[in-house]
Amino acid sequence: MAINLLSDKGTPVDRQHFTWQDLVQKPISKMNVDAFTRVRIILMNGIESESVRFSHACARMNKELQGYLARVRRKEQHQQTVVNWLLPADQSPLETTIGYEQVAIEVTAALAKAEPDPYIAQVLRYGLLEDFDHLYRYAALLDRLQGIDANTITQGYTDIVPGRPTIDEHRDPLDDLREHYDKRKAAPLTKLHAYTILAGEHQTHDYYMHYGPWFSDPVARQLYAEIASIEEQHVTQYESIIDPTESWIEKWLLHEANEVYNYYSCVEQETDSRVKGIWERFLDYELGHLQFAIDVCKHVERRDPAEYLPQTLPNPIAYESHREYVRQVLRDEVDLRADGTQFVNKNQEPERSLNYRRQMNADGSPTETVAAGWRWTAGGELAGAKGLKEAA
Amino acid sequence: MKSPQSMGMNRTGIDQAPEGAEEMTRAVQEFPPRSEGNERTMVQLRAPYLDTADPVGTVPLPGTLKGAAKSGMQKLMGRHDEVLIDKLGGRLAFERTGTRLYDALIGKYMSRRDEAAMLSLEQLQQFRAEEAAHIGLCWDALRQLGADPTCVTPMADTNAVASIGLMQVITDPRMTVAQSLHAIHVAELADNDGWQLLIKLARGMGQDDMAGRFQMALEEEDKHLAALRTWMEQICMAEAGIR
Repeated sequence: MAINLLSDKGTPVDRQHFTWQDLVQKPISKMNVDAFTRVRIILMNGIESESVRFSHACARMNKELQGYLARVRRKEQHQQTVVNWLLPADQSPLETTIGYEQVAIEVTAALAKAEPDPYIAQVLRYGLLEDFDHLYRYAALLDRLQGIDANTITQGYTDIVPGRPTIDEHRDPLDDLREHYDKRKAAPLTKLHAYTILAGEHQTHDYYMHYGPWFSDPVARQLYAEIASIEEQHVTQYESIIDPTESWIEKWLLHEANEVYNYYSCVEQETDSRVKGIWERFLDYELGHLQFAIDVCKHVERRDPAEYLPQTLPNPIAYESHREYVRQVLRDEVDLRADGTQFVNKNQEPERSLNYRRQMNADGSPTETVAAGWRWTAGGELAGAKGLKEAA
Repeated sequence: MKSPQSMGMNRTGIDQAPEGAEEMTRAVQEFPPRSEGNERTMVQLRAPYLDTADPVGTVPLPGTLKGAAKSGMQKLMGRHDEVLIDKLGGRLAFERTGTRLYDALIGKYMSRRDEAAMLSLEQLQQFRAEEAAHIGLCWDALRQLGADPTCVTPMADTNAVASIGLMQVITDPRMTVAQSLHAIHVAELADNDGWQLLIKLARGMGQDDMAGRFQMALEEEDKHLAALRTWMEQICMAEAGIR
């Protein structure tokens, strides 16, 4: 399927209709669905959430755009509802958290592998190893709190082992900032990657902040607090790789193009026919939003959208297991740390980050506590002895 | 709809992705845990919270002079009627939730009678009506003690938290009538024991008339439990093809 971002009309905004029943469709089965369908649902909820977030920020700074933004934003919010409501009620917040971390690992790995800018690829790999560790810590919580094996969610696609230890991820804010791509020179794929990863991480942060207080157990409450803090660092990292000199209309166009790219990636790889139908419908809706924004760009801003947008889309995001890639990054880069916008060995880490970390970890680190001596075992820690007997 | 027991593409087990599970085991060998300890390490983190936790809530002070006087009398006798008020408040809340659970179950059953032909709609509606009547029983008992029946007591809150999953099962359209009966069964088991305890407590507090009325409620709850057990067994055997 070839898409022309500048000319494909999609579904016009005034023909995008919903009903309340349409917003609330049948959820997926957490047991029967392929893990990558869940991964796509979680990421696309984040993509839509970012579109709404950006639209509000843009409206607050641009009186003349408010009406245009409001019309599209209503559609985006309803799309987000359809997508997020595909998650089923029997999938607990902690199980969904496991899904969020699988997104953070497999999607970040896909982006890092495909990223043409070596520095941006390094930034992505740096974040990847941190989210990889989060999966391990949350999996330990799920096992030790509820006796549930996280692999029932990740389905064998993703290793569950320590990454860069979360206890070492706490940094001074200045060591979370990165260099940004140059809007004039960056490949379109680099921009799409930056907008995608920012959306995913921001939603992850918001999810942990929302559900942390839902838990009664102090270990879980502390764990969500610690990892949410890292997700905030990741949002700081990833928003800083986006060129801040992009104009508001340029950013709007890139958001819409990125939504097209993401729905296109889902359509190309979805195995669940019903969910694929939703991706196809919303791909057409996003093409409609992009055309709407292109018209605003031409007639209100008097700019040529071709200045900002490529005509065609790059290859889709690879929704597949990146096990070997992640392991190699882990072997090579687990000891990397940040010094300002640059990456250094851990023995060169700035004092400001070491001081901050000492302060935050002064009473211990819940990510260490929850996973003390924990290793993934099929069926969970309690079934470990039984599993070993079977293997023998 | 398919029976929950029908075979399908359940992907949660390692046998559906054996290569993935083998690779995961290999990864654990290459990248072992970085910290010593075991699940008991978490106990240390919880300890200060356990030591300093505030109560989830308290039993309200009597809002009427009559209530204050009755409470004062009990205290003089070395008894704490706030315990009875708390348990009664819990019972009242549980009966309210239980009535709503039956509402949800009846609504589901009306659309899905073919799933469980052995169930009696009439009986379900009777059970629902009895649960609703028990609300009034608890309400009046609380008023008799001079307590406020609209208040959420700590036991009421405990019941509400414990019931969240029951409601989630019954209101989920994907859960069958049989699966929903399982949730009602859990509720009725707790309900049954709750009434037994309440009767003992009321008698101990010298409230024999109240205990007598509660005994009648318990007899109704016994019938609910017996019917549920029979239906669950019949459905399970029918699903398994056992006559």
